[in-house]
Amino acid sequence: MSRCCGKCWHSLEYPCRNYIRCRTEGPLCHDDQRCRELRSGRARYIKEGPNGYRIKVPLASCSIAAGAKEVLSAVKEVVNSLGIPSDAVKTVGCTGLCYLDPWLELKAPGMPAALYGNVKPAEVEGILKKYFIENDVSGAYAISERTGKAKGEGDVPTLSELDVWRLQVRYVSRNCGVINPESIEDYVAYGGYRGLDRALRMSPEEVIEEVKKSGLRGRGGAGFPTWLKWRICRNQPSKEKYVIVNADEGDPGAFMNRLLAESDPHRVLEGLIIAGYAVGATKGFIFVRAEKPLMAERLQKAVEDARKHGILGRNILGRGFDFDVEVILSAGAFVCGEETALIAAIEGRATPRQRPPYPAVVGLWGKPTVINNVETLAHVATLMAEGWESFAAYGTERSKGTKMFCVTGAVRRTGAYEVPIGTTLRTLVERIAGGVKEGRKLKAVQIGGPSGGCVPAHLLDTPIDYESLRDAGAIMGSGGIVVMDDTACMVDVARYFTSFIVAESCGKCFPCRIGTKILYDTLTRITEGKGTLEDLEILESVGRVVRDASLCALGGTAPNPVLSTLRHFRDEYLAHIIDKKCPAGVCTKLLKYRIDPGKCVGCGTCAKHCPAGAISKDEGTGKYVIDQEKCVKCGTCVTICPVNAVMKEV
Amino acid sequence: MAQLLKLVPKEATPGTLAHDVAVKYGRERRHLIRMLQEIQSTYGYLPQEALRVIANELKVPLTEVLTVATFYHQFRLEKPGEFIVMLCMGTACHLRGNAANYEFLRTYLGIKPGKSTTDDGVFSVEKARCFGCCSLAPVVMVVSRDGSYRRLYGGVTPAKLRRIVAEHRAKLAKKR
Repeated sequence: MSRCCGKCWHSLEYPCRNYIRCRTEGPLCHDDQRCRELRSGRARYIKEGPNGYRIKVPLASCSIAAGAKEVLSAVKEVVNSLGIPSDAVKTVGCTGLCYLDPWLELKAPGMPAALYGNVKPAEVEGILKKYFIENDVSGAYAISERTGKAKGEGDVPTLSELDVWRLQVRYVSRNCGVINPESIEDYVAYGGYRGLDRALRMSPEEVIEEVKKSGLRGRGGAGFPTWLKWRICRNQPSKEKYVIVNADEGDPGAFMNRLLAESDPHRVLEGLIIAGYAVGATKGFIFVRAEKPLMAERLQKAVEDARKHGILGRNILGRGFDFDVEVILSAGAFVCGEETALIAAIEGRATPRQRPPYPAVVGLWGKPTVINNVETLAHVATLMAEGWESFAAYGTERSKGTKMFCVTGAVRRTGAYEVPIGTTLRTLVERIAGGVKEGRKLKAVQIGGPSGGCVPAHLLDTPIDYESLRDAGAIMGSGGIVVMDDTACMVDVARYFTSFIVAESCGKCFPCRIGTKILYDTLTRITEGKGTLEDLEILESVGRVVRDASLCALGGTAPNPVLSTLRHFRDEYLAHIIDKKCPAGVCTKLLKYRIDPGKCVGCGTCAKHCPAGAISKDEGTGKYVIDQEKCVKCGTCVTICPVNAVMKEV
Repeated sequence: MAQLLKLVPKEATPGTLAHDVAVKYGRERRHLIRMLQEIQSTYGYLPQEALRVIANELKVPLTEVLTVATFYHQFRLEKPGEFIVMLCMGTACHLRGNAANYEFLRTYLGIKPGKSTTDDGVFSVEKARCFGCCSLAPVVMVVSRDGSYRRLYGGVTPAKLRRIVAEHRAKLAKKR
C-alpha cells in the first residue's frame, strides 16, 4: 500500500486518483522497471506466499470455536523445523465449508494446493511433514488441481470435482477463506476497491443505472430492488443523507452476513461507500449485533484501515467525495433487523413505526436514509468492479444473481453456500449439503427463520426464488435454511419460532403483542398433551389476524411457521391432540424416561448425576428406578449410563 | 491541615460513573443506548443507581430509561455471576438439544426458579438469540462479567457442560 519510489506523490491531503489501480497495475504515473518489479513482486508475495509456500489457517468464529487457534499454535511450532519460512503461515477467513472446521490449506511450489479437514493440533506435525517433506497429498480432503508431481494425487478428488464446491457460484464469497480479512493490502491485491474506483469515475446517476441493469434485489429478505431504494433517496432534496449497513443478522440459523463480514469485511465496506456516493450521503453506519463480537471487531478494523489509506474521509481518491463510517453495536433486539426499528435503535429509542413514510424519504433523524443488507452491499461492490452483466448472468428472469444460504440442522455438510437464484432446494440440500445423515429421513426444510415457513420433503424440487417459495408457503428470507429429519417435531418447531417472536415483539401494536402470545400458549398446550381440536381453529384464525393487522413485518410474518406447519404437517398436530403422543419423541411432557431393568447393572451412575434426585435404587431388585414425578427430563441419565440402559419412550 | 487535604481517592460509584458517561455524550438523549452500553461494560449490568442518575442527567422520566433498558436483550438489570454461560437458542442449536441443556445446567448449578444466577454468585445462565455458529450446534458461550474473557464451545452436551463448569471454577480459584 506504500509508495514504490520518490516519484509517487500520493498522500491523504492530496490523494492520487489512480491510487487503487496503481497498487496492482502500477506504477502508472511513471515508467520504471524496478518499481514495476516491486509492485508485481509484492502482489506475488501476497497471493503465493514466500517462494510459493503457503499454510492457510482459518480464524473466524466457528473455526476458532472448533479449535483453530490451537491448530495455528501447532503450525507455528513446527514450521521452522521443517524449513518452511514462518511468513508462509497466513490466517484467513471462513470458506463456508463449516463441516470441515478447523481446516488447513497447504501449498508448496510445484505441488497442488491441498485442503485438510477436521484437523486436530496433534495431527499438524504429521500432515505438514507428509506434504512438505514427502510431497504426499494422500489424506487430504481435496486438492486444487492435478500436477502429476505429488504422491497420492490420483486418489484425492479436486475441489472442483466435489458437488459441494462445483455447484456453487462464489460471486461475493470469492475471497472468503482466501485472503486475510484483517489486511486491506490483501483485499486490494485480490482486486478490492476496484468497484469504488470505477464508481467514482461515473456520476451517481450512472452508478444507480448500473445497479438497475444488474437487477439486484435486497438480500435481507424483502427483495426490494436496490436501485429503486437508492433512486428514491437520491431524489430527496435534503442535503443530509445517510446510508446504513444492516449487519444485525438476527435470524437464528443464519450466518451468511457474519461469514462475509468476518472473512471479507472490506467488500461490505466498499459497497457501503458506493451506496453513499450513489445517494449523496456523507455519513454511513454499520449496525452490528453485539452477540457476534468478532464480526464487529473485523468491521471496525476495516473502517480504521480504510481511513488510514484515504478510502474513507475527505476527498476520497481525489474525487471530491467526503464520506465516513461509524460502527454501532446493537444492544440486541430481533426487531432491529426491521428498518424503522433499526433507525430507532440508533436514535436511542426502542420501537418500529408505521411505513410510509419509508426511510428512504424520512429516516434517521428525519433525513433520507438507505438501509441495505450486508450481502446486498457485497454484491454492489462486486458488480461495480466487474460490470452489471457479471451479476445478471445468473439467476432467473425476475431475480438475478446469486445468493448465499446457510444450510444447517440435520445435514451431513453444514455450511454457507452461494448459488444462483433459481437453484432448487433439492440441489442445495441434497447435492451440496449432502442430505440427511445415514438412517434418517428428510422431513422438512425450514426457510426464512422465524418469519418463514417449512417446506415439506415432497416439495423439495421448488426452485429457490422469491415467488416460488411464497407459493410453497415459505419465504426466501435472509438465507437461513434449517433441515429437519424425522427426529424433529413440527409442532415443537412452530412453538419454538413463536416463542422467539413473543420474546422479540416490541409490544407496540395489539395484534402482535397479544396475538403471538395466544398462538404460543395454544401451541404450548398442544405440546403438553392438553390441546383440543378447537385449538387448531384458534391457531388459524388468530394467525390470520396477526398476519394482516400487525404494524410491521415482524408481526406480519410471525404466524408463518404456524400456518405452514398446519398446512403441511397437520397429522402431527392431530397426533399431539388426539393421541396425546409426540411421534418424533421431542415434546418432553409427552415422553417418559425409563431404565431397562434387563440392561441396568446397578452401578448407580445415573442416580449420582441426576440433577433432580429422581433416581433411586430398588433394594429388592438392586436395579435403579426413575421417579416420573421428580424427573425434569434433562436426558443426563441417557447419556451418562455406561450400558445405555435408559430408554426414551414416546 | 495540608496533609488532610490529600483526600482518599474518590471511589467511582455507579452514580458517579453514570454522571461521567452522561457528560461524555453531551447529555444527549439520542446517545442513551451507548451510555447504557458503557455502564454495562464496567459493571456487567445496569445498577439502579446508574439508571436514576442517567434519567436525571437526560431530564427524562426513569421509566423512559427503563423502557430502553428492558427492551434490548443485551442489558441486564441484575448483577450477573463472575462467569455468564450463554446458551444459543438458534434453530439448529434448538434442534440439537440446547433446550434440554438449558434445563440441565440450571438444575445442575442449583439456580432457583425466577433467578438466573447461582447463590454463590459464580455462574449466571442466560439464553442468547444466535451466535451464528450453527455448524457447531448446540453452542454455548462463556463470558466473564467484566467482558475481558470470552470462549465459544460447540457440540455441547450435559457431560461437556459439567466439564465447562469445573474448568471455570478452577479458573476462578486460580485468580483468587
